[in-house]
Amino acid sequence: MRVALFIPCYVDLISPEVGVSVFRVLRSQGVEVVYPEGQTCCGQPAFNSGFFKEARGAARHFLDVFGGERFDYVVCPSGSCTTMVSHYYPFLFRELPEDLERAESIGGRVREFSDFLSNVLGAEEFGARLEGRAVFHCGCHQRRELGVLEEPQRILRNVEGLQLVGWENEELCCGFGGTFSVKMPEVSVAMADEKIRALEKSGADTLVSCDPSCLLHLKGRLDRTGHGVRVLHLAQVLDPRRGRVG
Amino acid sequence: MEKTGERARREGIESGVEGFNERARRALADPELHDSIALFTRKTLKGRAARLAELPDAPGLRERAYHIKQETMANLDRYLAQMADAVEERGGNVFFAETGEDVVRYVGELARKKGAKVITKSKSMATEEIELNRRLEEEYGELELEVVETDLGEWIAQLAGDAPSHIVAPIMHMNRRQIARVLSRVAGEPLPPDVRALAGFARRRLREKFLAADIGISGANFGVAETGTICLVTNEGNGRMVTSIPPVHVVVMGIEKLVPRFEDLEVFVQLLARNGTGQKLTVYTSFITGPRGADELDGPEEFHLILMDNGRSKLLGTEFEEALYCIRCGSCLNVCPVYRQTGGHAYGSTYSGPIGAVITPLLKGDREAKDLPHASSLCAACWETCPVGIPLHDLLLKLRSRQVEEGLAGKAQEIAFKGFEEAVEHPAAYRAGARLGRLVQRPLVRDGSVRRLPPPLSGWTDFRDLPPLAERSFRELWREGID
Ligand code: SF4
Repeated sequence: MRVALFIPCYVDLISPEVGVSVFRVLRSQGVEVVYPEGQTCCGQPAFNSGFFKEARGAARHFLDVFGGERFDYVVCPSGSCTTMVSHYYPFLFRELPEDLERAESIGGRVREFSDFLSNVLGAEEFGARLEGRAVFHCGCHQRRELGVLEEPQRILRNVEGLQLVGWENEELCCGFGGTFSVKMPEVSVAMADEKIRALEKSGADTLVSCDPSCLLHLKGRLDRTGHGVRVLHLAQVLDPRRGRVG
Repeated sequence: MEKTGERARREGIESGVEGFNERARRALADPELHDSIALFTRKTLKGRAARLAELPDAPGLRERAYHIKQETMANLDRYLAQMADAVEERGGNVFFAETGEDVVRYVGELARKKGAKVITKSKSMATEEIELNRRLEEEYGELELEVVETDLGEWIAQLAGDAPSHIVAPIMHMNRRQIARVLSRVAGEPLPPDVRALAGFARRRLREKFLAADIGISGANFGVAETGTICLVTNEGNGRMVTSIPPVHVVVMGIEKLVPRFEDLEVFVQLLARNGTGQKLTVYTSFITGPRGADELDGPEEFHLILMDNGRSKLLGTEFEEALYCIRCGSCLNVCPVYRQTGGHAYGSTYSGPIGAVITPLLKGDREAKDLPHASSLCAACWETCPVGIPLHDLLLKLRSRQVEEGLAGKAQEIAFKGFEEAVEHPAAYRAGARLGRLVQRPLVRDGSVRRLPPPLSGWTDFRDLPPLAERSFRELWREGID
């Protein structure tokens, strides 16, 4: 099976180690992985801010880059960016039949990382080991648009040494919301603080998600307020060579 | 001309709707408010979950509700005419009000004709939307009308001079102690912050008003086109006092509250109660069809139905039509993580929460409510909970896009996103931007993170750390080969 990696721009530039782990996990499953190098950003920042024209430009670029590759699936370590392509490209192009067709032909094959592992490869046990007590934060797009909520938690339960615990109001958004985090910072941070209070109450020492942007937000707040919680993307938990970059 | 402008500005949402952040900041600094919201939402959502779990097919019911509303809106003119005919056949009067001003005039002139002094009201968001009470008192000052809200929450809000902060629970922002303070002032003696004592006092006071009222004004949860029936759901029984004791009953109903058939209520009444308050049914579900009949013992002598448009009909057939499917259950407010932090007053509009952020700019204009479509992280909890399945988060996105098309997003954003598009479409530019970023960030990085950036990014760094751009991007790592 041939898979194209879709590494969101902020993972590419800020947390490339997540992409590295994704690659290693996929490779360990015998998947042939390609990385189309012309990829940049799916366009979500513009889209969420209402700049649909600019977002369409980004979307067309994405479709060009990935349309030029031969692959069975596109795998992305972000539920949110996956949703942008699979759900919101068709929304953006709802009145443009040509683009719409292209968007829809890729859309169904773009899969969030844990969704791909569980529902395409049928793999939920990776022989991973990690000591700790963890909560799982499901990004909102992943929860409500993709409906991939149980898969990552089942995968985490199979990690040796890791105890997955529930936390209060876990369905609440972390407050990131893209440009919302900058446009309405106080409310956004109050939302993060609510999550952090629930995290503290759960007694967890580790926070895991399939959305690096939620993690960026929560970690940014955790660090600023002096919390020593370990923050990891699911791929980093499963990485057979965890701890090494490059 | 002057006059119309003045009116338009005063109509409905009088306060500037811009400034969400400022109002939100005030709300965030109020721990009592935070506790009140948490208490209310926790209780209501728990009840909602339990009541929905009892249904054999809750998603199916939601589906039906959506389709009934869709079909209603597609034929709204026909159903409105049918409703009007049915009401008139039963001896009622029907008035189509294009604007809030039309409603105020109709009610004001009716009060003049009747020589009315006291008007009792049961809960109605439609009259809140047009600020009926204030405008009656101002525009018909010579009549010296006493307009009394009789829903307990609405009454307390009225006494406190507050606008409702929640569609269903108007004084959700107050706790028992705060309510006791408001009522003590009215009583002229200190009342204990005890629910029984406070309710007892309210009952005695309101009873006098019920008996003295010349006109009763109610809203309508639903209007049935085929029978001309108004359906009211309440928990306090005040609705019945308002609609049956005074000789005149006036209903102010938004035109979108229509359902075609009586049997449709089976779907909506239970959806409203289960989602809104976590009840199977509310304590009172009243069906009112016209004035007192010849063979009936009670009920008003006169019945007036005001069908209010106030900006609704222009949404029909547009990509915003779904906003009219709302049954005002309040559930999207209860699940909204933004609303749960700020409460309703931060929105500065009659309708708050996700539906408020959608409907306010649609009814009042994008300029009037510029901040509201942005007061959301687009988490879609609203859509998930909505008993009619309104995709509120997508409507918010469409509103944001409409603002951009209208040039309301501002030059800075326009330039930024133009640049964004350039970079995204040209990988070389994207990479060059990243390299530049790495250079520029050097002096800003302390202990592995960026703590201060200039506006607008200070919105991030004032409150959170930001990891710096990595020394090597994923692409670079990929090219080097990942072991
Ligand atoms: S939009 Fe939906 S959830 Fe919100 S108040 Fe209306 S019916 Fe209820």
